[in-house]
Amino acid sequence: MPEYLVRLAQVHESFRKAELFALGELAGVTLEIVEYHENSPFCIVRLPSDAAAAKVISRSILSLGIHELWGRGPSYEALHESVKINTSHLWAKYKDVSFKFTVDCFQGTRTTAEQRDIIESFSYLAFEGPIRMKDPEVSFQVFEHYDEKAPHPKYFYLGRFIAESGRHAKSTYDLKKRHYISTTSMDAELALLTANIALAAPGKIFFDPFMGTGGFPLAAAHFGAYVCGSDIDGRSIRGTGGSSRKGQVGKRDVAGNFKQYGLEGHYLGAFVSDLTNTPLRLPAPSNNGIRHGYLDGIICDPPYGVREGLKVLGAREELGDIERSNHQARHKDPTYIPPKRPYSFMALLDDILAFAAITLVEGGRLSMWMPTANDEDVELIIPTNPFLELVSVCVQPFNRWSRRLLTYRRLPDSEAPADAVTRVRKEYEKGVRADELNAFRRKFFEGFKEADKLRAGDYAPEETPKKIG
Amino acid sequence: MKLLTLNFLTCAIKTCKSSPSSFPLHPRDAELEIVEADLNLKFLENILPRLMWDELRVVVDELGLPTLPPTIPTRADLVAPSSPTSSSSSSDPAPSQTARDLHRILIETCVREGKLVCGNCGHEYAVKEGVANFLLPAHLV
Ligand SMILES: C[S@@+](CC[C@H](N)C(=O)[O-])C[C@H]1O[C@@H](n2cnc3c(N)ncnc32)[C@H](O)[C@@H]1O
Ligand SMILES: [Zn+2]
Repeated sequence: MPEYLVRLAQVHESFRKAELFALGELAGVTLEIVEYHENSPFCIVRLPSDAAAAKVISRSILSLGIHELWGRGPSYEALHESVKINTSHLWAKYKDVSFKFTVDCFQGTRTTAEQRDIIESFSYLAFEGPIRMKDPEVSFQVFEHYDEKAPHPKYFYLGRFIAESGRHAKSTYDLKKRHYISTTSMDAELALLTANIALAAPGKIFFDPFMGTGGFPLAAAHFGAYVCGSDIDGRSIRGTGGSSRKGQVGKRDVAGNFKQYGLEGHYLGAFVSDLTNTPLRLPAPSNNGIRHGYLDGIICDPPYGVREGLKVLGAREELGDIERSNHQARHKDPTYIPPKRPYSFMALLDDILAFAAITLVEGGRLSMWMPTANDEDVELIIPTNPFLELVSVCVQPFNRWSRRLLTYRRLPDSEAPADAVTRVRKEYEKGVRADELNAFRRKFFEGFKEADKLRAGDYAPEETPKKIG
Repeated sequence: MKLLTLNFLTCAIKTCKSSPSSFPLHPRDAELEIVEADLNLKFLENILPRLMWDELRVVVDELGLPTLPPTIPTRADLVAPSSPTSSSSSSDPAPSQTARDLHRILIETCVREGKLVCGNCGHEYAVKEGVANFLLPAHLV
C-alpha cells in the first residue's frame, strides 16, 4: 500500500489517531499508521489508493489535508535523494500538466525569496506544464518541521496533494455564529470530532440523551446521520428559557439551529425525559438470538455538576401514602412540577452504558465525555459494561482537570458473557446506586468543583491551548 | 417530532415497559404537520429491519393516515424497477412508490401538538411545539 502524508492540525493531539482510525473504518479501508508523534503535525499512513485517502480525510476535523508522500528526510539533501529514489518513475506523468508548488513551514517562516529557492531545488523533476496558482491539475507541497522557536527546520517532506480535510466545518458550526446556545453548549470542533469518532454517517440514527442545545445531534447530522435527542430540561429544547448569550432576543430553539444549517430534514425530533426513566423502547433480548437495538450511535456530554444540575426524576425522600395521593391528585395540573432528586455521577455513567448496551445495534458506538481531576493519586475510572468494548480514550487537558472522551463499541451478543443480557437489563431498570460516600469517590469528586467553575470558560481562548499550525 | 421517532417510544413508567400494551403510544387530539425532506433511500433501507411494523400501522390508522400494507416491505420493495428509458446516467437506484410513501409517513409527517397515551396505564404525555414531555410525577417514578 502506498504511503501518504497526513497534515494534522496541532491541536487536541490525543484525539487525532482515534479520528483517523474511525474515518478509516467509516470509509471501509485499511489504514495503517506508519509514523505518528504527539508533538508533530505530520503523520505517515498507508492506504490502498488515492481514492481511499481522499475518502478518509475529506471529513476529518483534526487534519488539514492528505498528500501522496514523495519523499522525506532530516535535510534537503536527504529529501531530494528520497524523492529521486521513490518517485522518478512518476515524474513523466506530471510532465505536461498545470501545477503548483508551495512551501508549508510548521512553526517557522520563509521569505518569498527563500521559498523560491526551495522550490527551484526541485527543478530536476522537470515539470514543463504551466504554473497555475489557482486550480492546478497537480499540486506539490514542501513541508518543513521546525522545533518551537528553532532557527532551522529539523525535518522535510514532499507531498503531492490528494484532498482537503473537512476541517472547515469547524467554522461553519462555530458557536459564535450559532443562533441558539447556552453555557454548556459543546464547542463545535469537539462536537464534530465526537461525531466522527462515533462513526456518524449517512443512513444512521444517532441519539443524545442530554442534548441541551443540540450540539451533538447537529454535528452527527452534518455527517449525514438522522438524529434525535432528549433532555430533562424542556426549556433547553424549546428554548423558552432564553439563552445566556448576550444580546440575544427573540425565540431561539434547537429546531431553529437545525434550520440554520439546513439540516431540519435530518432532525427526527426531541423529547423531554430523564435518562433513568427513558420512554425509549428497551427491547428484550429475543429467543432466536436476533437483537432489536435500533440506534447506530449515542453521543453525549452528561451532566456532572451544579451548573448542569445532575438530577433524576423522583422525590428526595420515599413518598408516604398521603404524599403519594397528593402527587396523584395534582399531577395533571398545568402548574405541577415533577420533583427531582440528586443522583450520583458514577451511577449515571453506568446507566448510560446500560442504556447503550440495550439500544445500540451491533457495532454501534457510544461516545461520551467525562471530567476527571488531574490528581495523581486518583486512579482513572473508566466505567465498564459487559456488552461494550472500549475503543478509545481521548483527553483534553486543562490546568486542574481534564475531560476525556470515552468511546465504546457494542459487541455482538456472541462475544459478551452469557448472563450479560439479563444482568444489564436488570441493572438499568433498578438504577445502579453507586456508593459515593467512600473516601476514594469523595476525592474523585473534589476535582469536579474546580471543573465546574472552569467549565463556563470552556470556549474561552485561554482554556483551549491554541497552536494550530 | 417525526413519526419515525414515535416508533421508538413507549411509556416511560418502568412497571409499564414490560407490558406489551405500553407500546405503541396512542396519539390523541394530534395536530400533524408535513415537513418536506429529501428522500434518503439508504436510510430507509437501514431502518426497515428496526421498525415495529404492526405498531406503526396502528399509529398510522389512529392518525387517520392512509393504511400501510399488512406486511413490512422488503429492501427490494424500496427500489423502483429500473426502467430502460431512465438511462444509465445515474448509478443511484430510484426510490419506488413504497419508499416514497414510507418517507412521507416516517420522515415528513410530524406530530406538532396533542397527547400520547399509554395503552397499559392510560398515562398521557403532552406534545407541545413538536416536543413530547415524558417527565413523570413523583408517584409514578
Ligand atoms: C453538559 S449539558 C449538555 C450540553 C449539550 N451537549 C449542548 O451542546 O448543548 C448536560 C445536559 O443534561 C441535562 N440533564 C441533567 N440531568 C439529566 C437527566 N437525568 N436526564 C436527561 N438529561 C439530563 C441538563 O439539562 C443539560 O442540558
Ligand atoms: Zn404506561
